Formats: sequence, structure tokens, C-alpha cells
Amino acid sequence: MMRNTSKAQDFKFQAGERIVGKWHHHEYTILSVLGAGATGTVYLAQHKSGKVALKVGFETPSIISEVNVLKHFAKVQGTVLGPSLIDVDDHVADGTIIPFYVMEYLDGVSLFSFMKQHQQEWLSVFFLQLLSDLQLLHQAGWVFGDLKPDNVLIVGPPYRIRWLDVGGTTQIGRSIKEYTEFFDRGYWGLGSRVAEPSYDLFACCMIMVNIAYPKRFEKLKAGNDQLKEAVMHSPLLAPYAPVIKKGLYGNYASAEAMKQELLSLLHKKKHVMPQQQAKTTVASSRIQHKKQSRHNKRGVAFELLLLGTFFLVVYFFYLWSQSM
Amino acid sequence: MDLKKGTLRQVLLITDGCSNHGEDPIAMAALAKEHGITVNVIGILEERNEEYHRKGLKEVEEIAMAGGGVSQIVYTSQLSQTVQMVTRKGMAQTIQGVINSELSQILGKDAVIEDLAPQQRGEVMEVADDLGETMDLEVLILVDASGSMEKKLATVQESLIDLSISLNARMGFNQFSLYAFPGKREECEQLIDWTPRLNTLSSIFSKLSSGGITPTGPALKVALAEFTDRLSKRRMISGDEEYIEGSGF
Ligand SMILES: Nc1ncnc2c1ncn2[C@@H]1O[C@H](COP(=O)(O)OP(=O)(O)OP(=O)(O)O)[C@@H](O)[C@H]1O
Ligand SMILES: [Mg+2]
Repeated sequence: MMRNTSKAQDFKFQAGERIVGKWHHHEYTILSVLGAGATGTVYLAQHKSGKVALKVGFETPSIISEVNVLKHFAKVQGTVLGPSLIDVDDHVADGTIIPFYVMEYLDGVSLFSFMKQHQQEWLSVFFLQLLSDLQLLHQAGWVFGDLKPDNVLIVGPPYRIRWLDVGGTTQIGRSIKEYTEFFDRGYWGLGSRVAEPSYDLFACCMIMVNIAYPKRFEKLKAGNDQLKEAVMHSPLLAPYAPVIKKGLYGNYASAEAMKQELLSLLHKKKHVMPQQQAKTTVASSRIQHKKQSRHNKRGVAFELLLLGTFFLVVYFFYLWSQSM
Repeated sequence: MDLKKGTLRQVLLITDGCSNHGEDPIAMAALAKEHGITVNVIGILEERNEEYHRKGLKEVEEIAMAGGGVSQIVYTSQLSQTVQMVTRKGMAQTIQGVINSELSQILGKDAVIEDLAPQQRGEVMEVADDLGETMDLEVLILVDASGSMEKKLATVQESLIDLSISLNARMGFNQFSLYAFPGKREECEQLIDWTPRLNTLSSIFSKLSSGGITPTGPALKVALAEFTDRLSKRRMISGDEEYIEGSGF
């Protein structure tokens, strides 16, 4: 059994409290609570070098595992996978050992609140950024596992999606230990819980689905077409539908392959902004169908016409928003 | 438990507590622990009936504590994720217990992982994670099928299939066996013999007629007997302590 640490469960740091690590003697001053989850509490703290995020876990093993993952992330060179690890130490209060680790403080907002305040084309930006990061992670031999909006943060500007909470990160080929049903392909009957790139790609698609359906939904008994239909019925997801569908059914071997298809899909439609689509649902999706099948001169003329129409629509919205 | 032999043995008890028949379930769990078998307990609550469950709650915790396992109280709707989490935690706890006892051989009596410097903890933890991933696992599932559980059994079944999906993603080999108590004729009845997968359950609980008794203690006794039987049979066949059953690869 773990000596004394059961008490760490009820442990709360107060704002202003000073913490000095038992092993490395670094000093931190608690500023506020950033968030609390299933495995612990994360505080904003002041170190002499600047602001940091300090995580105190309920159980020593989970803290150690997270530290291990963050250390491995540090080895993925030249990239920013997850917050970087700064320090690992114990705080001792009345003989109780409280293990904690210190990481880079990510100053940002949640994906949901960002999307509420910004236009929808940002969604494709973050989708692509996520796929680039996943590619690097997978190449390094890891799978993120518990990928969901709660575990990412939008930092910037320049805006960038970043990962938090690496607790679910698993070596490729092992079993996924932490997951959230809505984002878990096992729950939807669309694959195993073996850590492989396609597991993350599924969750990545489900993040998109979750943005379109913020309240989420439950699995119906009938089975597999439910997700496909959810994707098809969402105007917001229409621009990405073919890629999302393939990602949900595990049809991409790598994040890179998915990213390339997404890029060419967006490239084809670069002048039909998702923003417009969301607002003019039926008409615009009909237009897209035509567009995909045309690549001749008439197609170009048609596209020019569309472009013109688009600017008119944008102008119209501009006028309309001014009059509000 | 012997880590080298590579098999973790667990009882997963799913109940709403309130046993009322036969042996003391807490004593039976303690006995199981002495045999190297971990007893994990999931207590199912119904949102509405909290008063009834206050009593059950205590029993759930005490059985797990005596059985060296993990307990968790859950509402029916969150059962699936809880079943896998409790099983995993139970495995990790058993492994941690063995690692701690090895640590105390190196570092002296009562040494724990917190006595190591943070850098070394990481290495110990990786060993523990490796074991959790690769060791063979035998889970004997004991489902309380007494009257008060009747409406929850469909969800229980679903969560068990889900457990099998989770555990079969591991590199180690798994075996599951399912018992319900009370059974039709006996206090505790085997519904599914040892099998590597639980995807074949077609409304397995429907055959049961739920009686008025909840013989949790006797059910744990049956589980213990099953494990020890199995172990001695295996020894007879292999004549070797080091025998490792099957391999996941
Ligand atoms: N490096 C960081 N910078 C800024 N905020 C952070 C950082 N790490 C965590 N947080 C905040 O703290 C919250 C909880 O952290 P985290 O997700 O790691 O906890 P958890 O216990 O693993 O949660 P769960 O497992 O339930 O998702 C996050 O949702 C986030 O809001
Ligand atoms: Mg989290």
C-alpha cells in the first residue's frame, strides 16, 4: 500500500501558499486552480522563471505515469506535443507526502468557447493541426488515447491547438486504458481498444462531431450507421464529411494520409467557406456535389460565377451585420 | 500471487450490496485474498432508492478492502466504464503490492514507492505498467441476480461485453467466467465456463428466476473453490509450478 498518500486525495492548496519541493528545492507560489479532473487538480503557480502549471494527483502511480509520458514527449524533437515537463517533486505537509509535477502553463481557451467566438473556418485549421501533431506522436510510437475537447486547449494568437492531460497516452500495440465513451470507437462498435493510429483518428473525427453536436448523443441499439448519419445531417461538417466518414470507419492508415485527403478536399472547395455553408444549408450542399464532378472549362466558369455569388453573399452579410 | 507465473486472478463482484444469506462475504473475501485472489466490487445504485443502498454501500467497501481489491459505487448508466476501470485498478493494485514487497527487500522494511527519488519512480512504474499489460488474467465475474438487481441485468451484460473488448486489447491472455447468485438450483450457478471472450452472451441472465435471498458470501466461496480447483488441475496436468497458460501472442 501507499503510505500516507491516501490523505493526498483530500489535499487542497490555497492561493498564496508556498511549496518547496523535497528533492529539488524549487519554490512555487500557488495562484489559483486551473482545473480538476478524475486524476487530480491542476494549479496555476508562480515560479521565479514565470507562471507554471502544477499538478497534484490523487494517486502516486497516475502522477508517475503522466510524468513518464511527458518525459517521452520531450524526446520528440523540435515539436510541441503536450505541455513540456519542468519539475517533478514531493511536497511534505504534516508528514504526508504529496507528489506533484510542474509543467508549462498553457494560457488558452477551450475549443468550444473559441468556436463560439470565431468563424467556422477555424475548425479546419485545428483539424489539420491536430492531424499534424498526431502524425508526429504516432511516428514516435505513441497513441494519445483519450482525445476529446476537454483535453485540448486553443493557445495564441497565433492560434494553435495544444494537448493537455496526457494521462491516456499509450504505446502503440498496447491497450487503451483511459477513454471517454463518446470518443471511443469500442463504444460505437467500430473497432478495438488496441492503441493504434486509427484509434486516435476516430477520436479526432468525433471531436468534429462533438463541435457540431455540443450536447453529444447516445448510441442507439441499431448500430453503426448512426455516426455516418450524424455527419451527413450536419451543415457544419459537410465540408469534411468524406474525410470524417473514412476516419470513423478506420480507413486511414496514418494521420498524414488523412491530412492529405483533408487538404485536397478543402483545396477543391477553398472558395466555398464553411461559414456560408452553415447558413445556406441545402443549396450549398447541392452546389458542392456538382463541383466535385467538374474539372473542365465549364467548371471553371461555373466556379467563377460561384465566387461572385459568394462575395455578394459576404457583402450582404456584412451589410446585415452593420445594421444590427 | 506469483508475478513470474504471469497470471493475475481476480473476482469481480457486481452487486447492490445487502447480502442476507450464508457465510459472511467479508470473511470470504479475506480468505480469497490469502489465496492470492483479488476481490474487486462494484456497487450499483439506482438514483431513486438511496436509502436502501446506504446499507449496501458499506458492505461493498468492506468486501473489497478485505479482498485486497478496489470498490466503486456507480449508477447504472455509467456501468461500462466503471467495470473496466475497477478491473484495471484492481490489477494495478495487486501488481503494486508485489512491487512494494520487492522494494522493501531492497530498501528495508515498509519501503514504498514514495521513498524513491522521483526519477527512479518512473522506472518502477514502467515495470508495473508492463506487467499490467502483459500478464495473463483470469476474471471470475460474480453477478448478484437477486430480485433488487433484476432491472439492471441487461446493463450489466452490456458492460461485461465492453469489459471483454477492453481487456482483449491487452497483450496478455484473458480468461473470463461468469457466475450468478442466487442460481436456479444452487446458491451460485455458473452461466459461462472459462472463455477468452464474452461477446457470446445472448441475454444470459434471462434463465434465472430471481429468488428472495442474496447469498454473497456463499457465492464468493464458490469463486474461491473454482480458482483453487483450476489451479490444482493445472498443476496435475503440467506437474510444474512455472506452467504458463496459453500466450496472448
Ligand atoms: N498545462 C496546463 N496549462 C493550463 N491549464 C491546464 C494545464 N494542465 C491542465 N490544465 C487545466 O486543468 C484541467 C484538469 O487537468 P487534467 O485534464 O490534466 O486533469 P485530469 O485529472 O487528468 O482530468 P481528466 O482525466 O478527468 O480529464 C484541464 O482541463 C485544464 O483546464
Ligand atoms: Mg482532462
